[in-house]
Amino acid sequence: MQIPAPFDYARASSVDDALALLERHGPESLIVAGGHSLLPMMKLRLARPEWLIDINDLFELDFIVRDGDRLRVGAMTRHTTLFESDEVRRLFPIITDAERTIADPVVRNRGTIGGSLCQADPAEDLSTVCIVLGAEAVIRGTAGERVVSMAEFHVGPYETSVAHNELLVEVRLPIRPRSGSAYEKVERRVGDWAVAAAGASVSLAEDGTIDHVAIGLTAIGLDGTVTEAEAMLHGKAPSEELFVEAGRLAALACDPLADQRGAIDYKRHLADELTRRVLRRASSRAAEAQEG
Amino acid sequence: MQISMTVNGDEITREAEPRVLLVHFIREILGLTGTHWGCDTSNCGTCVVLMDGLPVKSCTVLAAMADGHDIRTVEGLATGGVLDPVQQGFMEEHGLQCGFCTPGMMLTARALLDRNPHPDDDQIREAISGQICRCTGYATIVRSVQWAAEHPAGAAATGEEVNA
Ligand SMILES: Cc1cc2nc3c(=O)[nH]c(=O)nc-3n(C[C@H](O)[C@H](O)[C@H](O)COP(=O)(O)OP(=O)(O)OC[C@H]3O[C@@H](n4cnc5c(N)ncnc54)[C@H](O)[C@@H]3O)c2cc1C
Ligand code: FES
Ligand code: FES
Repeated sequence: MQIPAPFDYARASSVDDALALLERHGPESLIVAGGHSLLPMMKLRLARPEWLIDINDLFELDFIVRDGDRLRVGAMTRHTTLFESDEVRRLFPIITDAERTIADPVVRNRGTIGGSLCQADPAEDLSTVCIVLGAEAVIRGTAGERVVSMAEFHVGPYETSVAHNELLVEVRLPIRPRSGSAYEKVERRVGDWAVAAAGASVSLAEDGTIDHVAIGLTAIGLDGTVTEAEAMLHGKAPSEELFVEAGRLAALACDPLADQRGAIDYKRHLADELTRRVLRRASSRAAEAQEG
Repeated sequence: MQISMTVNGDEITREAEPRVLLVHFIREILGLTGTHWGCDTSNCGTCVVLMDGLPVKSCTVLAAMADGHDIRTVEGLATGGVLDPVQQGFMEEHGLQCGFCTPGMMLTARALLDRNPHPDDDQIREAISGQICRCTGYATIVRSVQWAAEHPAGAAATGEEVNA
């Protein structure tokens, strides 16, 4: 039987209350959101917080609202809510694509976007999605709020720039005109973490050429995006030849490890193939957005 | 700490350590052993219960986190001695063999039908995709849930006796 080591439990009633509790109980206290990454780690004693601060009552962090040219998503928004949101599907189909593959519908009822980004597992699908979409993270501490890019947010595997006495409260996604996005993942079985995955976002200029493009990879050793492929695509009209070349560059840019999920060559092959597929789908979605 | 929740319609309060998982709270402290406990790693789904109407893996929820919430277990499916249509469906369509996965499967099916009374087979398969059955090959589970969808009044609609 896997049981966490003993800890004390407190339920926060507001963001300020959560911050005060973190301050009071010090670095040995941890936030629990959906608990679907943290509790398994506590059961394995890979995490042993002395205090757990439960933020599940913070309904004020469970929202998806459009605010001008960005979509604001609260940190406590569950995977299921993101997956089922029509507005999300319309603006950022990459999120819907990714959510379909994250764990399973029961896990998705609990896990949150905030927990996913703060967990920062190298195979975290929403991390790639947020990098590709150029998201900003809103982090709050007792001293106030700061807004950071995903590049600043991600410090390394399982490490973010959210300090122990801070909360991730919101993710902001910029809305670009004539855009399309897509995500595709290869997993060993339904609900498993990625062997490899790719995500892309494409925005077209009025003449149909690529005005902005971002390509991200999951679980195969790439921080940030595939900048070489992005530079190559910029300003050109989307075409199969370009996608093939982008796939080749993605396979070169990644740095996968061999593990029980696959060999290095196989993972590079996936980077290549999945990059082509998401570019194809993101571009055709962008073209539809342009017509519609 | 004191933990209070509604379980199958009853308000209960018990003393438990914060580290007690909901599955053990339900099985050991409340004695409701219909909720099964299998992989302990959030994968198999045999521990699924409904929390505020949504299926959750109770091995990955603290009892303390369920404080103040509404929990429904397999014991709460039948009402007044009458089986839920989902339970009846599992009988009619042979939805189980060993029965280990069955409580979780039935609760997920109940939650699905509450939201979508006429799911297609793919929607049923998607809904139970986080739950593992090592016996049936899933085909009879899908048929069982379809039986329940087609008989929302359960056995009453078939005019048959229920051996509950
Ligand atoms: C069986 C299974 C399969 C899974 N498969 C996948 C998969 O395929 N792809 C995938 O991407 N994920 C997968 N996951 C992970 C799932 O998406 C988790 O829900 C998610 O990673 C964590 O979200 P959570 O809300 O449960 O976070 P928690 O477990 O509650 O927290 C995770 C970490 O983030 C911190 N934290 C949480 N919220 C905040 C906040 N607002 N501010 C500051 N710190 C915070 C916590 O202190 C903790 O350190 C899987 C999980 C399970 C159990
Ligand atoms: S025991 Fe909870 S998912 Fe297997
Ligand atoms: S009936 Fe045996 S595991 Fe499903």
